[in-house]
Amino acid sequence: MKPVVYILQAVLLCVTLLAGKPGVAGGWSGNISTEWLAFPKDALSSAQHKSYLSFALDPEYYNEWDGGKISLTIEPFLRRAQYNANRTHSDIRELNIGITSEYWELTAGISKVYWGITESEHLVDIVNQTDLVENLDTEDKLGQPMLDLTLVGGDLGTLDLFVLPGFRERTFADVDGRPRGGLVVDRANPVYDNNSEDRHIDFAARWYQYLGNWELGLSHFHGTSRAPELVLTPTGPFTAPVLTPVYHQIDQTGLELQGIFGAWLWKLEAIRNVGFANSPYFAAVGGFEYTFVLESGLELGALMEYAWDERDDAASTQFQNDMLFGTRLTFNDVQSTQVLAGVIVDLEGGGRSYNLEAERRLGESWKLSLEARGVFNVNPGDFLYSSRRDNSFRLTLAKYF
Amino acid sequence: MKFLNTLLVILLGVSAFNTPLLAGPAEDRGLEIAVEADRRKNGFGDFTADLLMILRNKQGSESTRQLRSKNLEVEGDGDKSLTIFDRPQDVKGTALLTFTHKTGSDDQWLYLPALKRVKRIASNNKSGPFMGSEFAYEDISSQEVEKYTYKYLRDEKLDGEDMYVFERYPVDKKSGYTRQVVWMDKNEYRERKIVYYDRKNSLLKTLTFSGYEKYLDKFWKAKNMNMVNHQTGKSTTLTWNNYRFGTGLKTRDFDRSSLKRAR
Repeated sequence: MKPVVYILQAVLLCVTLLAGKPGVAGGWSGNISTEWLAFPKDALSSAQHKSYLSFALDPEYYNEWDGGKISLTIEPFLRRAQYNANRTHSDIRELNIGITSEYWELTAGISKVYWGITESEHLVDIVNQTDLVENLDTEDKLGQPMLDLTLVGGDLGTLDLFVLPGFRERTFADVDGRPRGGLVVDRANPVYDNNSEDRHIDFAARWYQYLGNWELGLSHFHGTSRAPELVLTPTGPFTAPVLTPVYHQIDQTGLELQGIFGAWLWKLEAIRNVGFANSPYFAAVGGFEYTFVLESGLELGALMEYAWDERDDAASTQFQNDMLFGTRLTFNDVQSTQVLAGVIVDLEGGGRSYNLEAERRLGESWKLSLEARGVFNVNPGDFLYSSRRDNSFRLTLAKYF
Repeated sequence: MKFLNTLLVILLGVSAFNTPLLAGPAEDRGLEIAVEADRRKNGFGDFTADLLMILRNKQGSESTRQLRSKNLEVEGDGDKSLTIFDRPQDVKGTALLTFTHKTGSDDQWLYLPALKRVKRIASNNKSGPFMGSEFAYEDISSQEVEKYTYKYLRDEKLDGEDMYVFERYPVDKKSGYTRQVVWMDKNEYRERKIVYYDRKNSLLKTLTFSGYEKYLDKFWKAKNMNMVNHQTGKSTTLTWNNYRFGTGLKTRDFDRSSLKRAR
């Protein structure tokens, strides 16, 4: 992780230099949260539990100078979890300096970048590693060291160029953690295609353009796959095998296409990936979101997305020939109540998974969130079969400051 | 796309002429007033302001919203605006970028800071409440002349001042209103009161403007906007502070990349 150290030093040097410059008063914001994760069904493994408590701290410091031309962002993250030692972790989500000029922007340090448009699956998004112990929805990301140069070309679109020194390994639940697949991922012994292992320098580029009702994104990533291949590894005659994460060197090209027609948002994400065993493989996810407002102010959204992966059953993902049916309810009330509910149907196996997320503000600075996830109608051989006992409820109470 | 748009405009135009609303003397007079009011608002270039919203329910309990607004005038089209949310804390850092268009739907992007995600949103939900307040998106977005058709009603005194009273009818079918009655002072062409009628043409809300101040010796801006919902008994007071004009904002301050820096 040497490059990371250099970047940290550079950032700290900049901070020291900037400290002497008069700027607007920077400040901390963020949240502290308590989470209760409950599993009504008995676990597959006797090591696992039915209830998990945890606590997280997610503060962010931001300051800017010279009318916003120079900025500093610091976002540490900390979670203390009951059981599941892998979930007790800390991370630097962000620690970067941003410089902005009329035609370009530069971000140096640890940062987070999001690519993509679809809801069921985040196929194109690849810059940051997924912090999977946080949530299976893959929306929590680990901080990634980077140099990100954005060239703003007006009618020519926006070109983002990335140098990504240093690789972050994906986080996985411990033996007593839930939810997890049937076998434990051996995080301590990852295997890399490349000799430089987690010190490999990756590159990425993304061009993005907006033309009236259309938005188009094209991206390419060259480096260590964020998603590992999980290889079954025996540990001995009397012990359960483990899954070894194997990080391949890949080239992934991504497409994002979005069309906006009144209340309709049409979305498509597609990738071509080279580097895994049966490469290249293609995968795509696409669909629509239709939104309308009732007289009461309630906003109703209907979502449908179809996800496909050429690797079919060999895919290390749930989304190989699946359909998402979802709805988003935005109450537009004082408490900003929101509900997102969806069912993903496997068009081949018949397995289904459901997801419900609801949130509401309490008072002026608290938020209560409920998440219910699970599977039903799964059979042996389905990707989700090992999750059959892991239907869960997650209740989070957060205080924002 | 351009051809389609032109075709659409022609079709809409034809259908508009079929309605009896247009092209009478009262309609001409109404449009004349609206055009003059718009002319007086033009040429500001750019401005920023801080917004404080106080939401009150029927029982009188209050909830507060704090926002910042950056606006850029666009030659020949609707304005660009960036709204940054400061309070409540859980939405801090959320930003809304809007490209208003004189005709057709506006373009809107929402920035979600937790995911670092810029999300294009369908802007047809203009009738929805803004942050749970009594203001709908369409009430606070840039008011372009082309967004309504007009009809002059009468001259009237309001608080001892001479007013034009006219009605305006939203062109967009997605609007939450059938009509709005506007009181505008004859001296300076400033909105003083707007009464909104819902889709069933029932009285819905009344907006009153107060504390007008003049900026750059030319532009009148109301400090307070008070919206009362007659159907629910709820109200929202919107107070504008720290108006600043000619801040040097450019197109670049209103693009997708700028959303991430919107704090």
